[in-house]
Amino acid sequence: MNGDLRTRSDLRTPLARVDGLGSAKSGTDHFWWQRMTAVANVPLTIAFVVIITSLFGRNQAAVQQILGTPIVAIIMLLFIGSITYHMRLGMQIVIEDYVHGQIVRPLLIMANTFFTVVIGLAAAYAMLKLSFGV
Amino acid sequence: MAGTKARERPLSPHLQVYRWAWPMMMSIAHRITGVGLYFGTILIVWWLIAVGSGPGGYSKFTGFINSWFGRLILFGYTWALIHHMLGGIRHLIWDTGRGFEQNEREWLALATLVGSVTLTLVLWIVGYFVIGGAR
Repeated sequence: MNGDLRTRSDLRTPLARVDGLGSAKSGTDHFWWQRMTAVANVPLTIAFVVIITSLFGRNQAAVQQILGTPIVAIIMLLFIGSITYHMRLGMQIVIEDYVHGQIVRPLLIMANTFFTVVIGLAAAYAMLKLSFGV
Repeated sequence: MAGTKARERPLSPHLQVYRWAWPMMMSIAHRITGVGLYFGTILIVWWLIAVGSGPGGYSKFTGFINSWFGRLILFGYTWALIHHMLGGIRHLIWDTGRGFEQNEREWLALATLVGSVTLTLVLWIVGYFVIGGAR
């Protein structure tokens, strides 16, 4: 029975079939991380909205003090990490759906990673700076 | 092969051939809000850097965000964030294999829209009248 399944229709090696990674060699990674960050984003976004709303109308010193509180700062850093990775995955799909140029497409996919890394790093750096008050 | 014309290839049907329906519009809205939130993160970074740069830098940020244009962007960002979150929860429900019946899809799509608009308004009313004002 196994032998029948292997002949003709499937030219992959047994190892490739077991790995199940497909032609791009990344398997279900994109899908899985998209869902994982999506699930993380739900409580983190609710916390982010609560934090932002509670800072409404406060002066700089008060905002810095509240944002620099360990629990708030840690939630903000987790939020930044989760949303930037999530939006990198999402924008990649959008680019792959609409941009087909052989040069433009890989360049935009690279630019997507650059943008999300810069955003994530800048936000995390700003959070650490205001937390430690350097 | 001079004079050979490229053969006309059939095109797959695109958006305009379909009758508009709520789940379809919410699917499109999910993508548009996602792209909006993507670029909206620039605002979050600006805000965080401004907080860390002292009262002077922060007043530049609040000057922008308290202008009518800044408020408009912030309102749009609030709605996009909540809409994308509710739309995402809808997708997570679908991931469990539930919610695929005709009436369920209609209901989920409408709930996403009504929920996001309601929550956005509630949040802004709370922000303005309960917490708002200088402290």
